[in-house]
Amino acid sequence: MPDWLIVRTFWDLTVTGLALGSIYALVALGYTLVYGVLRLINFAHSEIFMVGTFSALIASTQLLNIPMLEDGNYPYRTGGTLVLFLVFILFAAMFISGVGAVALERIAYRPLRGNGDAFGAIVLAFLTSFVIGLIFVNETKANLIIACVGTAPISYSYLRFFKKGKKAPRLAFLISAIGASTAIAEAVGIWGPNRREQYQTPRILEKKVLFNALGTDVRVDYVIVIVGALLMMTALTLFVNKTKLGRGVRAVAQDAETARILGVNVDLIIVVTFALGGVMAGGAAMLFTMVYDQSRFNIGFILGVKSFTAAVLGGIGNLKGALLGGFMLGLVENYGSALFGGQWKDVIAFVVLLVVLMVRPTGILGESLGRARV
Amino acid sequence: MTLLEVRDLHVFYGRIEAIKGVSFTLNEGEIVTLIGANGAGKTTTLRTISGVRTVAEGSIFFEGEDITKMAPHDRVKRGICQAPEGRGIFPGMTVRENLDMGTYVRGDKGPQKAKDLEHVMHLFPRLRERIGQMGGTLSGGEQQMLAIGRALMSKPRLLLLDEPSMGLAPMLIAQIFTIIKEINADGISVLLVEQNATQALKTAHRGYVLETGYVVKTGAGSDLLVDPAVRAAYLGG
Repeated sequence: MPDWLIVRTFWDLTVTGLALGSIYALVALGYTLVYGVLRLINFAHSEIFMVGTFSALIASTQLLNIPMLEDGNYPYRTGGTLVLFLVFILFAAMFISGVGAVALERIAYRPLRGNGDAFGAIVLAFLTSFVIGLIFVNETKANLIIACVGTAPISYSYLRFFKKGKKAPRLAFLISAIGASTAIAEAVGIWGPNRREQYQTPRILEKKVLFNALGTDVRVDYVIVIVGALLMMTALTLFVNKTKLGRGVRAVAQDAETARILGVNVDLIIVVTFALGGVMAGGAAMLFTMVYDQSRFNIGFILGVKSFTAAVLGGIGNLKGALLGGFMLGLVENYGSALFGGQWKDVIAFVVLLVVLMVRPTGILGESLGRARV
Repeated sequence: MTLLEVRDLHVFYGRIEAIKGVSFTLNEGEIVTLIGANGAGKTTTLRTISGVRTVAEGSIFFEGEDITKMAPHDRVKRGICQAPEGRGIFPGMTVRENLDMGTYVRGDKGPQKAKDLEHVMHLFPRLRERIGQMGGTLSGGEQQMLAIGRALMSKPRLLLLDEPSMGLAPMLIAQIFTIIKEINADGISVLLVEQNATQALKTAHRGYVLETGYVVKTGAGSDLLVDPAVRAAYLGG
């Protein structure tokens, strides 16, 4: 292989790595925000991303009436229409993911913090029962019946627990997170537009080469992803640093009790935090479907694990860390799979994580966890 | 006029009953101190008044209004603000941002906020020098000044101070207590929790002695200061 070809491949890999890294970074922000405020790994965040990809699909096909793509015949749009459509799909995905994340907090986590209500108790009981049912039966109807039957006694015991106003043990949050994650993914897998199959999203953006740099053709969709992600992250940083609610988020992350004493409504801040994470995940989801033209009910799993890895790699609880971790992971994965072969991609990602954590247990930019700057 | 009234307060800390029926009052314009040994329930009492501990039994009235079940942020809006034990400085925020957190519930900008900021800087000139520095890099005394200044930024009617002298050098302690008197002279009522009983009783109009969750003695600051039992237990003979 001549030298120039290797160099060219290197820059190709850099561009695609940065694009993939942008998606990781956006999703990682959600993990890191919630961790910073609640010291909770929101494992269901990956499903908020998945819901975002479906929102983008539904917004495209149902609301904008864009036909699904057929072989070699894409429903391209151009000019103002294209921009308008892309922005509309982006906002739709951001909105639904944001709402989804807030609902998730209300149902799966708030009751465990000791200020839940009957609504939260019943839904949480249903989720618990649903997950237990999954272990024993693999048939939708039977599973739903088990879930409904189990809801009554479990919600009764949850309600009794909530009434005491006690915070649940940490393990309960973890179980709730895994339960919610499974429930959302399975629900989409069972009742979603394409069930458990992969689906294609209509490609309205013609993926032309925008410019050539360092011998590499840079496609327009990669540019949109990277620029879009950077813009969203800038907006988030401004929000967190310059607005009152943003200051509240930082205060709760640094010292929740003092924040409450000073009059910060912590429950509201938690809702805001989930909403911000959800909006970022929704944005990531739209950008993802734009580049890869596809999604699936379980797409959140691997992507979620990778994004969580990115958050830990950069230093969880730290916004800049999520950004750095996301880009690093995207690049390392791409270079690694070029060197060792695509099947090693995931292995390389986690080896890098292990090595970094051995040297710096709090991640690259993480200070002591409690003091991590959001 | 009674500003704060605490009636037969019971509070649990986990499974332990930390406060077992505490009652006291604070009149407008007063400095009242709660003294007592470690574990007497002083900090728990303050946190309960701020609303971050749940009341098991009893009630709290502020300006005649029952605030027992009110959310903490609504209490701050009513004019109760605290400089908590251990200062509670946000380490990753600058001094300025920490002070801004004091105005969180007010949220007003512009001249009034600038005036309040200027007032706090006037009380604590050290904060002016440190204005752009991270809260986590301040010394203990500076952090205490910041905690009090931050609480003042909320324009409280009642200032709750939890162990403001903790871990400070004698010179600084004297300075902090002088400033507490100045704050009080500006018309802000103060509820002061202290282990440094001598200084607290000298500064306060009235005092309550807490022992393992009960009020065991009460009286004017100057009377408690010469009370033989209080002297023996808290003032080193």
